[in-house]
Amino acid sequence: MSPLMTVERATKHYKTQTGSVHALENLNLEIEKGEFICILGPSGCGKSTLLWAMSGLHELTSGQVVLNGTPVTSPRPEIGMIFQEANLLPWRNLEQNILFPFEIKKIDPAPAQPRIKRLLEEVGLAGFENKFPRELSGGMQQRASIVRCLSYDPEVILMDEPFGALDAFTRDEMNLLIQRLWMETGKTIIFVTHNVSEAIFLADRVVVLTPRPGRLAHIFPVDLPRPRTIEMTFEPDFIRSVIEIKRTIETGVYTPQAAD
Amino acid sequence: MASELRDTIPTFGESGEGGDEVDLTNWSALTSSNLASSWRDIGLIALVAVIVIGLAEFAVKAFNIKPYILPAPSAIGRTLVTRFPDLFWPHMKITLMELGIGFVIGAAIGLVLAAVVTQFPLVEKIITPYILLLVTTPMIALVPLLILRFGFNSIPRIIAVALAVGPMVMINSSTGFRRTDLAKIALAKSYGASTLQIFTKIRFPLALPMIIVGLMVGAIFGMLTAVGAEMVGGKNGLGNQLMYWSSMVKMENFYAIILLLALMGVSIYIFFYWFGKKYASWQA
Repeated sequence: MSPLMTVERATKHYKTQTGSVHALENLNLEIEKGEFICILGPSGCGKSTLLWAMSGLHELTSGQVVLNGTPVTSPRPEIGMIFQEANLLPWRNLEQNILFPFEIKKIDPAPAQPRIKRLLEEVGLAGFENKFPRELSGGMQQRASIVRCLSYDPEVILMDEPFGALDAFTRDEMNLLIQRLWMETGKTIIFVTHNVSEAIFLADRVVVLTPRPGRLAHIFPVDLPRPRTIEMTFEPDFIRSVIEIKRTIETGVYTPQAAD
Repeated sequence: MASELRDTIPTFGESGEGGDEVDLTNWSALTSSNLASSWRDIGLIALVAVIVIGLAEFAVKAFNIKPYILPAPSAIGRTLVTRFPDLFWPHMKITLMELGIGFVIGAAIGLVLAAVVTQFPLVEKIITPYILLLVTTPMIALVPLLILRFGFNSIPRIIAVALAVGPMVMINSSTGFRRTDLAKIALAKSYGASTLQIFTKIRFPLALPMIIVGLMVGAIFGMLTAVGAEMVGGKNGLGNQLMYWSSMVKMENFYAIILLLALMGVSIYIFFYWFGKKYASWQA
């Protein structure tokens, strides 16, 4: 079976006011249906650039992203994007924010209403439909944006450092929530983060990029059993993986550790 | 519940209380002052007003101030109430009509220009000096010229009002339309939004608070221009009546009209304040 999504020889240069930035270099990646992939790397390594190219919002300088057999050249209905911070529209209440994709896509939200209601209950936002974003905490806002994304049932979900602005406790909570939603829905998730334990906690495979220009440093499979718990992140095995991945990020190459 | 949440939960990426920007083009100082909020406040405000007016009344009588300098507040009030239907309303109608038509024309042109021009930074740079010129030149100065062309009727005044309102609306709306939130535009694009959808669903709501400020300032400037234009020339309107009654030294009538104009100005302010609260309250 061919993979759901592939990134082929992705290269990206872009111009800024101070010159040209070489963000990605010849990156290849294959993603299976239903996989949870975390893309991890130091800041400025091009991991967000890669994700935005996968979403069809940005173009690659060369190479391509293929989803379901066709190249992604513009945003596609099978793809849902979750942004850094919640990116809710402050002039709309929660319900209007969640229905925003339906409005843009001009589809009737009525058939999706039971599903939205269930999702709101699941993330603990039932009863908050009439609240405006400014009345919600950062975690609640990001949960609302997850419901907004899942509301129209995309096949692939791209998440761009979604919990970077949250405190550690809220972040743990959100990671558990995402794991649960992923296990229930069987979506394919590609999740960009610079937090090593978050990546290991969530991912089936952790894709580590090198500093700019972003190249593939190594792909670490994570075979911890699911559902994973926060306690597991304190176990020696988990910590060993964290150290191994951190070392890879620092050096840009993967060197297998001899057991010490 | 809502205010509780706001008290205990820190917000991200927003300036806190009192963090409103105040600069020349922003005018948010105008919208951020609070109107009366509770019955106790309203009672207090009314009490102070009664005391101030009472003191004025007392001072006029006690110091024997001549009615042609300052008539007693009671006399002004009586004149306003008794003579409003026959003496003032016919002229107020004309002023309101001039203001209304001029405002609609000016605001529509200003708004459309702002929406279009902000899409093209070069065009914006080229026309901004002219808009600034229009904003800073008192449009009353053009009225004698317009009268020469259109005669002593309402048309020169409507044109002057439109010329005063348009640039004011445009300059404020442009500030709003220039606020491009790339993340929100990307959000809409990720759902496949068209350029028109991005405008109506993202750019316009994002600009709306500034548009409302522009409309408010424009309406107030429009009223000043309408009254000023009537003072310059013509046979009717509240501005014309001000000139007339002061030349007749009928100061009760003169002050009654001043009071009417003040009421109109305050009504404009309150209307746009309410409008802003209703449609742009997301921006605290």
